[in-house]
Amino acid sequence: MADEVLSQIDEKVKNNKVMLYMKGTPDFPQCGFLAHTVEILKSYGFPFATDDVLANAAVRDGIKRYSNWPTIPQIYIDGKFVGGCDILHELHERGELEPMLKAAFEK
Amino acid sequence: MISPDEIKSTLAKGLPVSLVETQDLTGGGDHWQVIIVSPAFEGKGLVEQHRMVNEVLKEPLADQRIHALSLKTYSPTQWDKLGS
Repeated sequence: MADEVLSQIDEKVKNNKVMLYMKGTPDFPQCGFLAHTVEILKSYGFPFATDDVLANAAVRDGIKRYSNWPTIPQIYIDGKFVGGCDILHELHERGELEPMLKAAFEK
Repeated sequence: MISPDEIKSTLAKGLPVSLVETQDLTGGGDHWQVIIVSPAFEGKGLVEQHRMVNEVLKEPLADQRIHALSLKTYSPTQWDKLGS
């Protein structure tokens, strides 16, 4: 059962260029940090898929084990774990996020 | 809820830190922004740097004394570049 969750997550992470695991939905993010993360992602204009971990406790727990990262949100670009709010924000400020997104979508 | 001193002392026990600055984001003592400069971050990516901090702060994160933690981590080299 537990492994099933991990393989479901793995499939989503690999089949979406940008995958965001979050609490809530892009239109109703559940906290301020998260709202900011969603704003940053939207600002680049690339599509991204999301999963609401509040809707599924197994995914909420599973995503932390999948990445060995203790907090949500978690952002994956091109199948790779990028980080949470802070790292995304930092990469955005350093100008490193756009090239990562472009590279993922040009593949 | 956790005090800035406790954050600093816990970090210092687990990491060589040259600078720690804490900011209580909500005034409630459980949403923190922490800036950390550590020579241990040299040459490491952000995910790895944050993993190191999360590991050191594992207990207060697990028992929710820290509910939300916003991190800004820098190696001394990265930190010096910011100031210039």
